[in-house]
Amino acid sequence: MPVAASAIYFLNLRGDVLINRLYRDDVGGNMVDAFRMHIMQTKELGTCPVRQIGGCSFLYMRISNVYIVIVVSSNANVACAFKFVVEAVALFKSYFGGAFDEDAIRNNFVLIYELLDEIMDFGYPQNLSPEILKLYITQEGVRSPFSSKASDKPVPNATLQVTGAVGWRREGLMYKKNEVFLDIVESVNLLMSSKGSVLRCDVTGKILMKCFLSGMPDLKLGLNDKIGLEKEAQLKSRPTKSGKTIELDDVTFHQCVNLTRFNSEKTVSFVPPDGEFELMKYRITEGVNLPFRVLPTIKELGRTRMEINVKVKSVFGAKMFALGVVVKVPVPKQTAKTSFQTTSGKAKYNASIDSLVWKIRKFPGQTEATMSAEVELISTMGEKKSWNRPPIQMEFQVPMFTASGLRVRFLKVWEKSGYNTVEWVRYITRAGSYEIRC
Amino acid sequence: MSGHDSKYFSTTKKGEIPELKEELNSQYKDKRKDAVKKVIAAMTVGKDVSSLFTDVVNCMQTENLELKKLVYLYLINYAKSQPDLAILAVNTFVKDSQDPNPLIRALAVRTMGCIRVDKITEYLCDPLQRCLKDDDPYVRKTAAICVAKLYDINAELVEDRGFLEALKDLISDNNPMVVANAVAALAEIQDSSVRPIFEITSHTLSKLLTALNECTEWGQVFILDSLSRYKAPDAREAENIVERVTPRLQHANCAVVLSAVKIILLQMELITSTDVVRNLCKKMAPPLVTLLSAEPEIQYVALRNINLIVQKRPTILAHEIKVFFCKYNDPIYVKMEKLEIMIKLASDRNIDQVLLEFKEYATEVDVDFVRKAVRAIGRCAIKLERAAERYESIIATLCESLDTLDEPEAKASMIWIIGEYAERIDNADELLESFLETFPEEPALVQLQLLTATVKLFLKKPTEGPQQMIQAVLNNATVETDNPDLRDRAYIYWRLLSTDPEAAKDVVLAEKPVISDDSNQLDSSLLDELLANISTLSSVYHKPPESFVSRVKTAPRTDDEEFADTAEPGYSESPSQGVDGASPSSSAGTSSNVPVKQPAAASPPAAMPDLLGDLMGMDNAIVPIDEPAAPSGPPLPVLLPSTTGQGLQISAQLTRRDGQIYYDISFDNGTQGVLDGFMIQFNKNTFGLAAGEALKVPSLQPGTSARTLLQMVPFQNISPGAPNSVLQVAVKNNQQPVWYFSDKIPLHVFFGEDGKMERTSFLEAWKSLPDDHEFTKEFPGSVISSIDATVERLAASNVFFIAKRKNANMDVLYLSAKMPRGIPFLIEITAAVGVPGVKCAVKTPNKEMVPLFFETMEAITK
Repeated sequence: MPVAASAIYFLNLRGDVLINRLYRDDVGGNMVDAFRMHIMQTKELGTCPVRQIGGCSFLYMRISNVYIVIVVSSNANVACAFKFVVEAVALFKSYFGGAFDEDAIRNNFVLIYELLDEIMDFGYPQNLSPEILKLYITQEGVRSPFSSKASDKPVPNATLQVTGAVGWRREGLMYKKNEVFLDIVESVNLLMSSKGSVLRCDVTGKILMKCFLSGMPDLKLGLNDKIGLEKEAQLKSRPTKSGKTIELDDVTFHQCVNLTRFNSEKTVSFVPPDGEFELMKYRITEGVNLPFRVLPTIKELGRTRMEINVKVKSVFGAKMFALGVVVKVPVPKQTAKTSFQTTSGKAKYNASIDSLVWKIRKFPGQTEATMSAEVELISTMGEKKSWNRPPIQMEFQVPMFTASGLRVRFLKVWEKSGYNTVEWVRYITRAGSYEIRC
Repeated sequence: MSGHDSKYFSTTKKGEIPELKEELNSQYKDKRKDAVKKVIAAMTVGKDVSSLFTDVVNCMQTENLELKKLVYLYLINYAKSQPDLAILAVNTFVKDSQDPNPLIRALAVRTMGCIRVDKITEYLCDPLQRCLKDDDPYVRKTAAICVAKLYDINAELVEDRGFLEALKDLISDNNPMVVANAVAALAEIQDSSVRPIFEITSHTLSKLLTALNECTEWGQVFILDSLSRYKAPDAREAENIVERVTPRLQHANCAVVLSAVKIILLQMELITSTDVVRNLCKKMAPPLVTLLSAEPEIQYVALRNINLIVQKRPTILAHEIKVFFCKYNDPIYVKMEKLEIMIKLASDRNIDQVLLEFKEYATEVDVDFVRKAVRAIGRCAIKLERAAERYESIIATLCESLDTLDEPEAKASMIWIIGEYAERIDNADELLESFLETFPEEPALVQLQLLTATVKLFLKKPTEGPQQMIQAVLNNATVETDNPDLRDRAYIYWRLLSTDPEAAKDVVLAEKPVISDDSNQLDSSLLDELLANISTLSSVYHKPPESFVSRVKTAPRTDDEEFADTAEPGYSESPSQGVDGASPSSSAGTSSNVPVKQPAAASPPAAMPDLLGDLMGMDNAIVPIDEPAAPSGPPLPVLLPSTTGQGLQISAQLTRRDGQIYYDISFDNGTQGVLDGFMIQFNKNTFGLAAGEALKVPSLQPGTSARTLLQMVPFQNISPGAPNSVLQVAVKNNQQPVWYFSDKIPLHVFFGEDGKMERTSFLEAWKSLPDDHEFTKEFPGSVISSIDATVERLAASNVFFIAKRKNANMDVLYLSAKMPRGIPFLIEITAAVGVPGVKCAVKTPNKEMVPLFFETMEAITK
């Protein structure tokens, strides 16, 4: 059954109900007490996001300082329920202007009630597109791009747009200057063994788009992916141009992309929502260019002293540079004293995360930096268990670099009025979970 | 910028309700609106504002949409508690449902469906009828869901007013969102009905597949889930469906992807071409892997489903094992599931890598995860023989760390290894000898292993050293110990060794059966059922839906009559059908205002057999006069199904009446011939329960049954060992072989009528018992709906109420019970009324009975 929820609760960390909505009669209003008693107040919290108590199932997520709990009594669609929560939170954020926490909920409870009534009916998720909902659900407390012109009168064709085939874009948009911004954001995930061999490595990328286009434009995006290029060559019966092509393991698209057409022609064509949205996500495992190499050596000298040496090499182009590089080297809990030497950046000991944190603001390509540290430990009595070494973690971002090698080849815009558009493309690679065991 | 509604939560404590009342009746619009917001804020934090019902409803007539929505929200919450006043709102609803603004029309119909008050439901029908045919798709899609709401309140009304037909028409609507909601509503109605209402024909199929391309992501989920019930007639159609569904795998919404996977897997069963199947497997892998980069909760759902998918189609993810490697920061529930899948995907090709990973996990902090990782290594060894061959090299390493073993299980296992591989461990005798020094102090588990290992060592290396050791051990185990198990085993070895050493070898060193790892492997029919439920709770729990969902299917009225007609002849011809009370006729009869046609459903089922026996003039009166009257009461649990008993079915249960324990037993003769000469015997059990008299059952004609009470006496043949509740029973008759079955002894049959304690003696007894005699257990499945009813029920089982107190929102009950031989149970029950979950604490001098005690308490409070 595609039902996703019988009731939804928003609780703060103490378990107080901030807001709740019952969609169905099959769960009692006090079911949330059972959640509080058997999950929140016990060690169960955090051990499993789906739990059955009595005749009801509880699906819960924590987002900032709020627990969102869905209660169902039937064989509900769990994936649908969790995805609904994720999307609902995104919607609330877009209404509140960013933050989603206990205070934001209290300050906007009337609006949230109104939205909860609109986005789910009898436990079935309805349209959750912020773009469309903002047409007819507005609050004075909230800044809305349309509130200035259309707050009093409801938009006459709002209902058609909610249910329309292009349920994510409203009609009659006008811009003086037609612009499209494309951001290719890649997260590179790495798990490297202590011996330096790559255990797993992949890139999850997303293409974020910001559209300021008039009317109902049709867009087509071309990338340097292998299948797309081959298909294109085949259609135009002309050999593939040489140059780097990449193989996408998997792609998922925003609901505006015509999937059937992608499946047959391998082209990404769509009518975009207005403003900012995530056009597609992709995943690549083959041929990943790792931007950094990390070479750690950790020596335990007796029971009270450690010597740590970490060398980091940047292996991207010499003209590029990385920003906000952070290397976190875990040390034992009983660390007493640390001393550092670094070739660039600053290092210090952060006791709350039991790590040495080494920060380098700007890291040019094709260079290397090292940190050597000495750590003194308090000798503990009878502590026989050896320290289990958590992995070294790294954070960074490298502008104008893609770990996958992905490039945008073209972005075509058609609109019946035939205006010209300006396209902007940016690339950036960030560290996802970049872990080196040591 | 953000809102500032929090001001509505802060109110003056004094005279809040009257103040709100005044503001609600203010002549100023803004003030009224603020007042309603305050009311909603109070409702949110759990204050009872139902007394303002009339005043809030008065604000309903407004042009302001925001205010209207707030009033509607209030109505949804409080209409049920004020059904008479709720009727005041009806006029506005009906008027709103004809408003020129479609948003208001839809809002009215949506809200009315949420108000579950019978009187309102009637008024809902006309507006709903109009809205189902509204010009605006937004109103139609809301009305479609409303039909499902109405069906839940009053199914007959929906059928009478022809809403089902209207809903089916909406499947052909030109708006995809209306189609999707109509499909969702129909699928739900079908779920709660036994009659076919929504059957997908090839015509609807193509309509739905077309709508799939155009509707919202959620609509796609509704349509895909309803398509998963469709069974394609042949491979060609299956391929066609799969082809249309496959593009959905690229959707960004995880629910769409999982529902698409579900359909593809189901249709693949029909597809014969291996190329197509292989190709589909290849296409499904990447989207499944992508799900693992979603939020951890979604990852968890995906992993539980992938666990099922790889059991059915191991090839899909055979090459993707690396994506299941755990990240350091993965939540524990994700790590555990990943580990399980890694074991399933482990193969000769990747085992080296997998073992390295497990080794890494074995050094982590979380104890449960480490245990699972270590066990995973063992399970892979069992699964892959090649990996297993290398285990012997580890023995030396293991022997080195002997000193660090502190848990008895670990020690016992290690000693078993030394004995089993004595010939390959050079210093096996030294190692064992070092343990022998502390033999008398070791726990029984270790002693037993030491005994066996020494015997194995002696049989493998019959030299002087081991010979002396075996003497010492046998002496220790027979003379010095008072553990009967150890002594008995030692005697057996001793006699074996002294009479025939070769026979001893055959017995002690016998070849071990091959072990296989079938843990966490599901039965194939269950697996198929779970796969048909991908993405739902069922697939997360790995349990079929009916095991955790209790949903009553309503049989529509028209069918009742048909059922009744067919049931009637059955009733007059074969009495057994009327007796079991579970024939379709009686379940259908539960629907209201149905004329009860069959007397069988009206009279108590247990009284039927003798009555019918008399009527039919059987030659054997079923209940002889000298026996206690045939018991009546709820049907007994079946212990020997007729399929096992070659037609004889036995149901029984222990009960206590008037201070005596009886075995309430019933025999159903479903064989072709007469059965007579029934005898019964009970095996030794913890409580030494045995028959206190001969079983008196008359000869049974085919198709008849007899029920009798057999008096039982406790403490006759007491079996040693830890207490358990098993009661093994043997029954024979002159015609059939002996039947064996086992029953459970509910502890409460021993609770005496004299178990009530005075408050003061309870308190004294509680204080006098040391704290380690106190045990606590949670019964998550139990609910106390009313204190009085529970106390009454407990008293019926001789668990007596003493006192009660309130602790926050919880009720705490103190009770007592007493077993024969003066063993008291002092009980404390903590629960919130109406909330599932009961905490039970008990203090008793006899600790061994505690597990059985909890078992019986859980059964009574359920």
